[in-house]
Parts: sequence; structure tokens; C-alpha cells
Amino acid sequence: MNKKQKTKMIVLLFISVAVLLIVALVSYALRQNISLYFTPMQIFKHEAPLNRPIRIGGMVVKGSINQSKNHLDVRFVLTDYQHQIKVRYQGVLPDLFREGQGVVVKGFLSAQNQFEAQEVLAKHDENYMPKEVRDSIKKVVKHA
Amino acid sequence: MIICSQWGLLLLLIAMALLLGVLILPKKDPVLPTRLIRIACISVILSYLCLSICFLSNDFNVSYVLQHSSLLLPWYYKCCAVWGGHEGSILLWMSILSMWTLVLSYQMSALQPDFGLRVLIVLAVILLGLVLFVVFTSNPFTLQFGEVASSGRDLNPLLQDPGFLLHPPMLYLGYVGYAIPFAFAMSALWLGQIDNQALRLLKPWAMLSWCCLTFGITLGSWWAYRELGWGGFWFWDPVENASVMPWLAGTALLHAVIISEKQKTFIAWTIMLAITAFALSLMGTFLVRSGVLTSVHAFAVDPKRGLYILVFLMVMMTWAFVMYISRAHHLFVNKPLYWFSRESGILINNILLFVMMLVVLLGTLYPLIIDGLGLGKISVGAPYFNETLFPIVLLLLLMMGLVIQVKWLKDDYVAVLKRAGLQLLIAFAIAMIWLTLEFHVLKPQVLLALTLSFWVIVSLCFSLYQRWHSPKSLSYWAMWSAHIGFALSIIGITITSTFGVEQDVKMQPKEVVTVKHYQVQFDKEYPLKGPNYHGTEIHFHIKKEGFQSDVYPQKRIYDVGNMVMTDADISYNLWRDIYVALGSPIGNTDWSVRLYYKPMIRWIWLGGILMTLGGGLAFLNYIRLYFGKKVC
Repeated sequence: MNKKQKTKMIVLLFISVAVLLIVALVSYALRQNISLYFTPMQIFKHEAPLNRPIRIGGMVVKGSINQSKNHLDVRFVLTDYQHQIKVRYQGVLPDLFREGQGVVVKGFLSAQNQFEAQEVLAKHDENYMPKEVRDSIKKVVKHA
Repeated sequence: MIICSQWGLLLLLIAMALLLGVLILPKKDPVLPTRLIRIACISVILSYLCLSICFLSNDFNVSYVLQHSSLLLPWYYKCCAVWGGHEGSILLWMSILSMWTLVLSYQMSALQPDFGLRVLIVLAVILLGLVLFVVFTSNPFTLQFGEVASSGRDLNPLLQDPGFLLHPPMLYLGYVGYAIPFAFAMSALWLGQIDNQALRLLKPWAMLSWCCLTFGITLGSWWAYRELGWGGFWFWDPVENASVMPWLAGTALLHAVIISEKQKTFIAWTIMLAITAFALSLMGTFLVRSGVLTSVHAFAVDPKRGLYILVFLMVMMTWAFVMYISRAHHLFVNKPLYWFSRESGILINNILLFVMMLVVLLGTLYPLIIDGLGLGKISVGAPYFNETLFPIVLLLLLMMGLVIQVKWLKDDYVAVLKRAGLQLLIAFAIAMIWLTLEFHVLKPQVLLALTLSFWVIVSLCFSLYQRWHSPKSLSYWAMWSAHIGFALSIIGITITSTFGVEQDVKMQPKEVVTVKHYQVQFDKEYPLKGPNYHGTEIHFHIKKEGFQSDVYPQKRIYDVGNMVMTDADISYNLWRDIYVALGSPIGNTDWSVRLYYKPMIRWIWLGGILMTLGGGLAFLNYIRLYFGKKVC
């Protein structure tokens, strides 16, 4: 092997190690930080795991918001117009959170019908409907 | 007034016809196509002005105006409301492209006629694609006669803010600016060659776009911090990612093009970056708007638009990459590169920037890929981006501090590395002392990030010291300011995200809550009445030994549409922010309140401003050189 080939080999080796490291880092970080999305119907059918970080989306049932008087505890019910799920959250709710509108909550299921939200996302388009929620409601309507 | 909106549409149709004409015409003589393209550009710009007039004159017969404006809206927000929705923002995008194309069409004398003509044709193709898109799927001039006596549905209150006056147009100036390096790259591939004159003209365009993008991102981050009421500066939302990806590619581009022009190497790589930067810009503006991703910025869009956008994006990118693969070998330059030189250092940082871009791209598109494969709906959380980008940024800083001191072509690595070792030690000492005295905690990652950021600063100071008595060019100061800005931003990000305190609490009148040595007292609640909103304002009293301040956060309810909005108030200085935002009322007198302590968060935007300033100086320098050369 002459000198030129040797440098080429070293460079190639260096690049492949770097690529492997980055791939490993990225795949590890991806595995740790993705959360699956479920609809109330899927939760009713026991498709969602308990005590694992997930997201669920639905409409906030009218009259279901129950704000504790002494803490920042809030309870409300989400629905896809067929099944319902109770949600508990501690913290300040976003401005766009309202009865009768779609939200996505991030957290985990502590029991089959009880969701502990760590984050309430009321991101949506100008028609007040998060994309996931719109899709899942469409699915339910088709189902029925 | 209806006439004005119809003029707008007519002008777009004229532009469409002219651009089609340019594509059909024979490509021999550049004079006629150039003229046609100029007229088309002017028509698009005039069409944008027509839409603005519709807004200013409250022409609610135009349904786009009805949906994004109201009689109560102040005039300056009416001008901004033009880009408050999907149709108008695309029209703004097009008129900026037209403006840039128009400016470029007057610089043709600097280019070879063949090359220049092809640049203009590529730009005309892009513009035509967009004109067709607007005319057939998102016409802002559609009339409606249903709601005649309406006072308008108002601009989204989140957007009624000075940050919004500048943020979208700045970003668009940047995004669209990359169309010009892209057009240069395409015609270089088309002809199989690019001369030095073209590379020299490419530099100011790459720099200008980068400046606007940097400033736009900085403004956006500042706006999100104040307006969204969550007190964060970056959320890794798909739209934010969409703006940071072209920024990363663009940063790589503006470094690569310097080497290409100076050393006549890396030309194929520069071309690759130019194509990538524009591909990402297109994605940034459109993929997000096509409704396939959920985001705070997304507009409700019908599927037809999404499909058109995807097809347009696909066609442009396939065209570009097929050209690249089949013809880039004409541009390869086989020139040996010494391993310890500024060129190789910049090349390594170029690769790091490119990898960062790929990591962000993967995180942004991963949910789409998984959804497309039918494997479920997932979201990728912010920790993914933080964890993966953190080590790469550290490497980037390490290289940056070194490369600043290395000479072009070849340098003596023993001397430089010895010096660098000493400087790293100094930076480490500064970071260590500062952390212990100020924050009383030594966390290894924080220490590492700070050491490397300080190293960049130390290295810059050393290079300044070396040149203390020799004359310093404008481009040197540009480099200095931009790199110091980057280091300051990283310091700000590190400190804020490590030592920031966020508390959500319930407070009653006169109650005191302590946040990081600051006593925050809920003083009194007042009713609020603004020009187009009403609501509540609460006075808070912030106290610490030898310091006191009052803040007045508000909860606004906008009259049209009953939209609720939080207006946080901040007691700020260079070293820390106390951020107070109202949540919602609990019972009769109590409120839920967000109380945040954000150390050094201002440094992030200060860094952004310094980077923009650096880019601006470099741009001025290029312009000066360009005109200087021309006169000679």
C-alpha cells in the first residue's frame, strides 16, 4: 500500500466510524423520544399500553371541565363522539383549551379509563381542530 | 373596489402568460426573455399591492380579506394581515421572488450571456409553478357576496404583535433568496461549468439570504417567547425545524462558496449545498402549509393544495438531483487538500452542519414516514433533537475555535495545536470559575458546552490581538461578529435550559411566591379595555434585596371571534428574565399563574443579532468589492 492509499483508507475508516456513531445516536434518541397516538376508541379496545408515554386526542366534552378550588388540578373528559376517557392534569391550561374543541394530551394511562396528562396541546388550524383529532373523528363517523 | 381585486387576478394571469411565453421562446437571444420576465415580475408585485389595497380599503367582498381582517384592525396590522393566511402568504412569497429576480436581471452583465439566461429561466420556472398554484388552487382574490354587511372576522390575535410585522417577511426574504443560488447551481449543471464571476455574484446572494433567515428566526423565537405565553424560545415544532434546516444548509453554503471562489475547489459540493438549501426552503414554506404536519403555524388546507405542493416539490427536486447526478462530474476539480488548513477545517464543519440538518430532517419527517407506512401516528419529542444535536454542536464549536486560527492552504499544526491547548485551558478555567461563583453547580455537560463556547470567544480575541496593529478588513469584522454571536447564543441556550426555573402556581390577591430568590406578589386585578379587545390585567410586585419591579401581565379577549390570548409581562435585564403569565381564573379571586426565572435568555437573541450584523457586514463588503471591480 502506498502512502496515498493509506491516507484514503484512514479517511474512509474515520468516515464510517463517524457515520455509525451518528446512526447509533439518532436511533437511540428516536427510540427514547417518540410517543404513539391513540384515539378514545382504541383505548376502549385495550389497544393502548398502560403507564407508557402516549398521546390521545379528542373533543373536550361540554360541561366536563372540573377545576379544583385549591390546586391547579383540572379534570375533563375527552371523546371521539363514541367512547370517552377521563383526563387529569396539573398545571396551566393553554388559551386555546375550551369545551367542545379538539385537544391532544400527552402523558400516560394510569388505569383503563384514566389518563394522566403531563402536557395539554391545543395546537390547531384556523378551524379549531387538531389534525389527528379530525382524522379520528372521521374514522368513527365512517365506522358508525 | 371590486375592480382592484380583479386587477390583482388579471395581473397574475398576465404574469402566467408571459412566463409561459418565456419557456416556449427560443433560447438564443437573452434580450426578449429578460424583458418578458421583468414585466412578469412587476405584474406579480403589482398584484400583491392590489391585495394590500383590498385590505386597506376593507373590501370584504374579497373573501380572503373578510376572513383575515376587520374594520377595527389598525392600518399597520392590515398591511400585515395580507400574509396572515395561506393565499396571501404564498402571494408574498411570489412577490419577493419577483423582486429578487428583478434585481438579478439587472446584474446580467456580470455573467456570461448563456449562463445568465439559464439562471433567469430557472427562476421563471419556479415563479410559473407558483403562479399556477395561486391561480388554480389558492386564489386570494375570490369574491363572495354572502356576508355583505360584515365587519370582518379579524386577524388571529396571536399575530397582532410587532414581532409579526417583520418575522414572516424576513423569513420569506431568506427562503426565497435561496432560489438564486439554486438557479445559479442549476445553470452551472446545465452548462457543465461555472466561472469565477458567477461564483463571485453568488456570494452576496447567499449571504443576504442567510442574514434575512437568521434575523427572521431570531425574531420568531423572540415573538414565540413573548406571545405564546409558554416562555420558551424554541419548541422543535415542525415549522421551526423547517426554518432551521435551510439555515444550517445555508450556513454551510456561505462558507463553502468562499472556498470555491478563493481556491477553485469544492465547486460540486457548493452546488449541492445550493440545491439543498433551496429544496429545504421550499419544504419549509410549503410542506408545512400543505396540512400534512400539525403545527401552530399550519393553515387549514384542502387536499388539492397539498397534492399540488408535493408534486411541485417533487418535480423541482427530481429535476435538480437528476441534473446533479448526471452532470456534477463536469464540475469536479481534482486539487490536493492539505489536512491542516482552513479549507479542510471549514469542510469538516460543513459536513457537521449538513449532518445536523439531516438529523433535524429525520426528526421532522419521521412521523410522516411512519404514518405513511401505516405503523401508527407518532410524534418525535423535543428531547430527541436536544440529545442528538448537543454532541454535534460541541464538535462544531471545537472545530470553529480551531479553524479561526488556522491559515489558508497550509499551517504548522504543532504550533497551532500547542496554542489551542493553552487557550482551551483558559476557556475551561473561565467556565469553571463562572459556574461555581454564579450558579454553584458543576454539571459536566454544561461545563463542556461553556468551555467550548468560551473557547470560540478566546480564539476570536486571540486572533484580534494578533492583528491588533495590522489593518482589519470589513470581512474580518463580519467573521468576528457572526462567530461571537454564535458562541453567545450557545451560552444563552445552555444556561437558560439548565438553570431556568418554571413554576405553575395558584395565587390569590396579596399572596407572595418565591421564585429563585425573587419574591413575586400578586397585587391587584384590574379590568382592561383595548382598541379591539377587553380582559383583565393583574399587577405583580417583584422584590429582591436592592431590587424591585412591577409587571402587568394581561389576559385579553378579542372582540371578534372571542379569542382568548395571554400577554405575558417580563422584568428583564441582560442576566435574567422574570416571566409572569396569567393562566385562567380559579374561583372568584384566584388565578393560575406561570412564574418563570430565565437566566441569560436574552443572550440567545443578542447572539442572533450579532450573527445578522456579521452577515450584513459581509454582504456590504461583497457589494463594495462587486461594484469596485465593475468600475475598474
